Amino acid sequence: MNDHELQFKNVTFQYKNETNPIIKNLDLQINKGEFVSVIGPSGSGKSTLFKLVTGLEQQTSGSILLQNKSVSNRLGQVGYMPQQDLLLPWRTIVENALLPLEIKGIKNRKAYTQVVNLLEEFGLAGVEDKFPSELSGGMRQRVSFLRSILSGAQILLLDEPFSALDAITRLSLQEWLVTQWQKRKNTILFITHDVNEALFLSDRIFIFTEKPVTELKEVNVPLGRPRTLKDLNHPKMIELKEMLLDELRAKVNL
Amino acid sequence: MTYIQKYGASCLLVVILLCIWEIGARIVNLGFILPTPIEILLKLWELREPLFLNHLPATTLVILIGLFISIVIGVGLAVWMSVNKTVEKTFYPLLISSQTIPIIALAPIFVLWFGYSIWSKVIVTVLITFFPITVNTFDGLRATNKGYKDLLLTMGASKKDIFFKLQVPGSAPNFFSGLKVAVTLSVIGAAIGEWIGAQAGLGYFSRRMMTQFDGAGVFAPIVILSAIGILFFVIVGAVEKRILKWRKTE
Repeated sequence: MNDHELQFKNVTFQYKNETNPIIKNLDLQINKGEFVSVIGPSGSGKSTLFKLVTGLEQQTSGSILLQNKSVSNRLGQVGYMPQQDLLLPWRTIVENALLPLEIKGIKNRKAYTQVVNLLEEFGLAGVEDKFPSELSGGMRQRVSFLRSILSGAQILLLDEPFSALDAITRLSLQEWLVTQWQKRKNTILFITHDVNEALFLSDRIFIFTEKPVTELKEVNVPLGRPRTLKDLNHPKMIELKEMLLDELRAKVNL
Repeated sequence: MTYIQKYGASCLLVVILLCIWEIGARIVNLGFILPTPIEILLKLWELREPLFLNHLPATTLVILIGLFISIVIGVGLAVWMSVNKTVEKTFYPLLISSQTIPIIALAPIFVLWFGYSIWSKVIVTVLITFFPITVNTFDGLRATNKGYKDLLLTMGASKKDIFFKLQVPGSAPNFFSGLKVAVTLSVIGAAIGEWIGAQAGLGYFSRRMMTQFDGAGVFAPIVILSAIGILFFVIVGAVEKRILKWRKTE
């Protein structure tokens, strides 16, 4: 029970110019090496959660623990992969991937070679000196994922990283992501609004229910690994999916 | 081939306009007011020594010093405004309203203050050119994408990191747009300054020819002035292309 990578203890958060808290007395644990998805409709507080975890915002009360230690300045401690790839257009691919190392003050030949090798491992051989605009959306997201890994953080926060991609690219990147995760044994917190994606990728799924968020409904995904997309057609999975969709549908106010 | 495709149409238009001018001026036949293009070219050749050895270097020096000061002041002010809200609130409105002052009308004052020295001309050039540099650079610095900023913050970036790794390269295209406007204006600034009070320079020479009713002599230095403007523009464009080579693929 001690191996929590991330833990929320009684966390409350309220934006400065609002009257009600958006997150209230929330408890949450994510174990080391786990793949956890968070789903919820837009405006349900998902992005607030990511701001709190990465340290862009500070909780109003309660504590947030990384590796069982309360960390007040979490900036630089959590790897973050944003929705758009957000590669800097004036930097080449390798320079983009090197950015987190550069910010940590590591700038040498060794780091460069390491990144070039990793690019190759990520199926991106030969693109190191290209600019982001010369790459496809799927390739750019892989670079973005590599960049979040190079932050050196144990926990990675992926914020709807595939939502802007076409369906086919998305499927292949989902499979690719699982492979990378299993190889590297990171802990991943994956934010999405796609139920299928959450079921296919995760060990556990958190659902954002009411507002303010006081408690996350939790679902264990009853699938072993490795998985294939076909596993999602199992009657038990379809039932689970229906349940999740109902849960989400009830929360959307049209 | 690409050059012909790119500039062919505008070159053709220029040639047509020059032909119309040539024919029209020959019909009017008042060379001291309306010289023909060929007369101007001949005058340019005739006056090549004083024009290129004496007056061109004087004007170029004014332009270069003026642009240099404009870049230093403009970029400096833009950076200062972008990091300090009070500075922005103080300077930005003044900057905009300063553009309503007719600089040309002020030029004689600078001649009174600085005499016929190079500085009266430099000041006119600076006053005309620093505005596009400042405003464009400032807009570039201010327009930093929040998503990028958040991303760099999650990597543990300091304010300095964000400035040098995000804001500076991000505002470079804006800086170059401002500079391109500024170089063309700098020629005007230098010429006006020389017009009002100078002992050398293409603007001064053009004005002197006017007092002598030498129409072709008025136009000849203007041709050179315009060529300098185009040349500087092309140089800035080439530097921009080199520095911002990531944009060519977009």
